[in-house]
Amino acid sequence: MAKKAAKKKVSKKITPKKVVKVVKKIDSKQQTIDSLIELIRVTSTEVPDDVFKTIVAAAKSEEKDTIADYAMGIIKKNIDLAKYKSQPLCQDTGTVIFYIYHPAGFHQTPFKELVKKSVTLATKKGYLRQNSVNSLTGENAGTNLGEGHPSIHFYEHKGSEVEVKLVLKGGGCENVSAQYSLPDTTIGAGRDLEGVRKVILDAVQKAQGKGCGPGALGVCVGGDRADSAYFAKKQLLRKLDDKNSLKDLDKLEKEIVETCNKLGIGPMGFGGKTTLLSCKITHANRVPASFFVSISYMCWAFRRQGIAMNKNFAIKKWLY
Amino acid sequence: MKKLNYPFSVEAVRDLKVGDMVLITGKLFTGRDAVHKYLHDGNKPPVDLKNQIIYHCGPVTLQDKKGKWTVTAAGPTTSIREEPYQWEVIRDYGIVGVIGKGGMGQKTLDACKEYGCVYFHAVGGAAQVLAEKIISVDGLYLKEFGLPEAIWELSVEDFPVVVTMDSHGNSLHKEIEASSKEMLNKLL
Ligand code: SF4
Repeated sequence: MAKKAAKKKVSKKITPKKVVKVVKKIDSKQQTIDSLIELIRVTSTEVPDDVFKTIVAAAKSEEKDTIADYAMGIIKKNIDLAKYKSQPLCQDTGTVIFYIYHPAGFHQTPFKELVKKSVTLATKKGYLRQNSVNSLTGENAGTNLGEGHPSIHFYEHKGSEVEVKLVLKGGGCENVSAQYSLPDTTIGAGRDLEGVRKVILDAVQKAQGKGCGPGALGVCVGGDRADSAYFAKKQLLRKLDDKNSLKDLDKLEKEIVETCNKLGIGPMGFGGKTTLLSCKITHANRVPASFFVSISYMCWAFRRQGIAMNKNFAIKKWLY
Repeated sequence: MKKLNYPFSVEAVRDLKVGDMVLITGKLFTGRDAVHKYLHDGNKPPVDLKNQIIYHCGPVTLQDKKGKWTVTAAGPTTSIREEPYQWEVIRDYGIVGVIGKGGMGQKTLDACKEYGCVYFHAVGGAAQVLAEKIISVDGLYLKEFGLPEAIWELSVEDFPVVVTMDSHGNSLHKEIEASSKEMLNKLL
């Protein structure tokens, strides 16, 4: 509903120009900024449908009148309230990460500038907290811009539209994310899928409730340290109800969720049935000497959204 | 569901046990890294904290034209960062409650037992639900630390928390950590 209302606002701005009958070119820069701010607003204040459904199902599975049931009730209420008030779900609006898919011939540099401008404006509007700190000086410019912030990744794709996906990755859950180097003798994890299973379970047990669980995992098996972490996080772009095209990984994903939910950690680590909402796994080649497994832990406040833009950079479609 | 109403006291919190779901009505003082370090360095708190509750929270606040503050988001922040300082603050200033997320360590647990204090866990990320429970902003101290790091004096009504560390040496975090580890070993 909120999304539709916002779209209307955008089109209202354009209509009066037509009425005056002055044939003006649509200001595609302004339109891009409007679309991106709306993307940031929706991402920060709502969880996508697939996440919401999973949370509702998880809440139902908890026994009535337990602490877990109570916590899930508060989480659900918070989701409703944030959407209704159009306020951030959580005060930590996280690392702002853009994944931008564009056709050939697209100019990345000017678009990047518009993305930055939108982030600053969205911060002023309160959709993002002043959340970016210089790691050397501790200074917070208050704009969410700085070295490496926001994080922007571009990809050329075959489609003719520009698609922008956005993830807001909280700090608490980032702190419990992990990277393992196999073999790991402390938990007897070897260089095979069984070893991968062991380290993922270990990471979830170590995280307890500290990443604001129930959490969702993105995992990458292989790659060098940097790529492995990057691909793991990118798995968070998958819808929670999708299916892995690789049979072995699909099986492992399901098994991880089932097993983790037997650990009894529960929402916030209060104890209970829901420790993990989902697990998404990908793989990347490695050199013979290394075998990394990276685990990106996302909190229940799973903020991910995306838009497909039309020729004029207005929002054509929501991707989640 | 239990209720804890202002004025708070050591006796009242001694009645609380790990696992209790509690609605707090009364006063809370926010305090996070800067405030804890300040107190640890030997500075006196700008308000009397005796029998008060400290909330590990960096709220998002707005001031209207008349100068009135409202809190628009107020979820808990990770408590363990205050572990080196918290026990001293409990001992020296007589606080009877700490609200945060993620739980705290042995030093704090020991101080809770010795001096009479409990650790309340709020639901992490529930910034909107918790902000709704704040009915007024009554004071602002140590503003020079920046607004999220300052001490905010807040009045709350039915603020929902769970006791995860009580004043009798029990910690839900320790229990769950141990039981989940045992379960993990079985499943590995
Ligand atoms: S981990 Fe997520 S829900 Fe928890 S405080 Fe951080 S951003 Fe918010």
